[in-house]
Amino acid sequence: MTLAHIPALRRGRAYESLDQVQITDHRNGTPLVTISQVNAGIIRKDLARIGESRAALKKLTTAQLLDISAKAGELFLNGTLPLGDKGHTQSARQYIETLSATSGLPYVMVRRNMAKIHHALTNLKTVLNGLTRGLDLGILDHGFGEQFGTPVSYYPATQALGLVMPSNSPAVNSLWLPAIALKMPVIIKPGREEPWTPLRLIYAFIAAGCPAEAFGFYPTDHEGAAEILKSCGRALIFGDKATTDRYANNPAIQIHGPGYSKILLGEDAADRWPEYIDLMASSIADNGGRSCINASAIVTPRHAAEIAEALAKKLGPIVPLPATDDNARLSGFANVKMAEYIDGAIEQDLQKPGATDVTAKYRNGPRKVIFEGGMYLRPTIVLCDSFAHPLANREFLFPYASVVQVPQSEMLKQIGPSLVVTAITKDAAFTEQLLESPLIERLNLGPISTMNISWDQPHEGNMFEFLYKRRSIGRA
Amino acid sequence: MNPDQATIQAAHENLDAHVREIIHWHFSPETGSPFWLDWAKKAGWNPATEIKSFADILRFPHFQDEWLRDLPNEVWVPKKYQGRPFNVFETGGTTGMPKQRIGWDDYKTDYTEFSEKLSDAHFPKGQHWLMVGPTGPRRLRLAVEHLANVRGSSCYFIDLDPRWVKKVIGKKEFEQARAYMDHVVDQAVLILKNRKISGMFTTPKLLEAMGEKINLYEAGIRGVFCGGTTMAPQYVRFIVEEVLENRIGFYPTYGNTLMGLAASVPLRPEDNFSITYYAPQPRAVLRVVDPNKTEQVKNYGEWGRVELTTLTKEFFMPRFLERDEALRREPRGPYAWDGVAEVRPFGAMEKNIVEGVY
Repeated sequence: MTLAHIPALRRGRAYESLDQVQITDHRNGTPLVTISQVNAGIIRKDLARIGESRAALKKLTTAQLLDISAKAGELFLNGTLPLGDKGHTQSARQYIETLSATSGLPYVMVRRNMAKIHHALTNLKTVLNGLTRGLDLGILDHGFGEQFGTPVSYYPATQALGLVMPSNSPAVNSLWLPAIALKMPVIIKPGREEPWTPLRLIYAFIAAGCPAEAFGFYPTDHEGAAEILKSCGRALIFGDKATTDRYANNPAIQIHGPGYSKILLGEDAADRWPEYIDLMASSIADNGGRSCINASAIVTPRHAAEIAEALAKKLGPIVPLPATDDNARLSGFANVKMAEYIDGAIEQDLQKPGATDVTAKYRNGPRKVIFEGGMYLRPTIVLCDSFAHPLANREFLFPYASVVQVPQSEMLKQIGPSLVVTAITKDAAFTEQLLESPLIERLNLGPISTMNISWDQPHEGNMFEFLYKRRSIGRA
Repeated sequence: MNPDQATIQAAHENLDAHVREIIHWHFSPETGSPFWLDWAKKAGWNPATEIKSFADILRFPHFQDEWLRDLPNEVWVPKKYQGRPFNVFETGGTTGMPKQRIGWDDYKTDYTEFSEKLSDAHFPKGQHWLMVGPTGPRRLRLAVEHLANVRGSSCYFIDLDPRWVKKVIGKKEFEQARAYMDHVVDQAVLILKNRKISGMFTTPKLLEAMGEKINLYEAGIRGVFCGGTTMAPQYVRFIVEEVLENRIGFYPTYGNTLMGLAASVPLRPEDNFSITYYAPQPRAVLRVVDPNKTEQVKNYGEWGRVELTTLTKEFFMPRFLERDEALRREPRGPYAWDGVAEVRPFGAMEKNIVEGVY
């Protein structure tokens, strides 16, 4: 059979462009699929009719869409779904294989990500309950109703949700899943190496009974991505600081950049650090260290050198394993230049006084390695003498963290904005300071992995509040 | 569809005869221009007697574009044209001293010939035209007006200054560029709403922007003649299917001040929206050459650099290397000579080039 072809989806309809790119196996360059690319003009043209997509979704009740979402979750996890427009299909196993081959994620991590997405879709009612703070979802069907004895009315802030997706990890797609039940069409620009997950989710939704018109899938260039961000009314962008900074002051665009997530040891817990080494290590290295909720700094008032040494001993020896190995903990880099850039940036900053790569002696070799044709970066723990060192508050797409010694009284002044903070302390005054801090998005009090998230408590932005606005209403 | 060998051979012979006539004209003291007469003296050979065919043009080195910047325009005036004021036309969008080409009637000849290639259904005779694009010192402005006039039509104009657009984009001031484009498009839409226009010359990007503000077919447009930028097949398809909704005739062209106008052959399904242009031979000849061995042409279907030779009594320009690359294509009726396809800036695949903005 011919190579599969992934078309653009224009309000659900497949569009094969004359302009196509091939996505290859990151290890050996074998072509795995061709993907149609579209220009910004096509996106603009389709967005001009986006009202029809929303109208198609509005024909269904929120309750029906929750059922459809749950069915889609099962199909996504286990089903054999269409793949593209040339008669190909994709089983769950094939999804795992191809996603692993193009993104470098080992199978075990793909499966974990699948489980997260499945959980989000099959528990969407709970998620929406959390996002809407218990709103009777029938109010979204009628436009108005009553909550806690007060009339309430919500109106959509947009006709579509735009998404400029990354390639780092499939589970980020769970962020947009509530949009469908909230009757909002999605316009997705997939990440270059990861068209698989948003596409499989779209096909799963359609197979579960969702109107195809609700989905726009546009592999496109920078101009096309900018068009989605500009024209959708509400959009999410994922990217590095340079990318997300450009949109920082635009309330219509929710940015998902680096997380700078951290583990803080309080004065009362620092001496018991060995108890938390496993928690620290998994917070740093789970999911290949690719998530914004991976810890990228360990902050402690004492024992920084010993903690760094213990983490280095635990993580330093980790080597790449075959993608099929259940013990695989590292992800390959589909974008080899990215790996080279990261390795170079770390080496360059290590030349500046005040930082030591503690993992170096446990690696017995370079950080950047080739394994079975793929490029990998091995875990790196850097002991920094202060947050002023450029390696102290950095985040990279692999298991990387700094260990920094800071007095508890200084921690909140120095850590900077942090997506997740796990604070291991029972100190009531410190806890109060943590609860007051505007710099922390999600706060874990006690030994909870930074990777633990609650679907009903968004750790970054509330999709319902992003898509809907409350209005005052009176009715005679 | 493709011309037979006899037709191709006849076109060769016609070109060779034309070459002899034009070379004789430019290198004879009674008719030639100061530049070429002086050049021949320094070169130490006499093109007027030694050039017998187009193949002999390879004896000339590549034409230097600095000559059109640095020398006074008068050096290009053939003796027979002396005393007759000339038009000065400047090339595209580069900043600094522009290349200038003088002329008298060539642009009219080119566009009168081009008129034959337009269908009356797409460009009804006697109905009005609109040009939205670079006017100013460009040959295109007079040429489009002449084309309209030849077809019994009058033409409205909206100017776009490509030098300003390039400057703004070069400084990454994309919002300014967008605002300027909107300014141009708004003016064009105003004319389309208030005047009866059926034919239009513009560039693809402007066409796309106009199409987003007004339904072009319902506004009365039946034919669009487009040029000035790269048009890759998918983009052509987008223009034809989405912007012109398969209802408006689309005539992509490739041309410039130095050559004239190369028209495209109508698209066939098997072309997959790949446009091929044919030079107005024998007045101009396009060759797709090996960039490293420019005396050699590439094989059919291969990419190479575009080389232009202009052969009119007003202007002789041998072997000018365009800043473009293209695919070499076989002769295709009604043209019995090579075509150039999918023209794009030379080296476009290796670097980002500011082009196609207007």
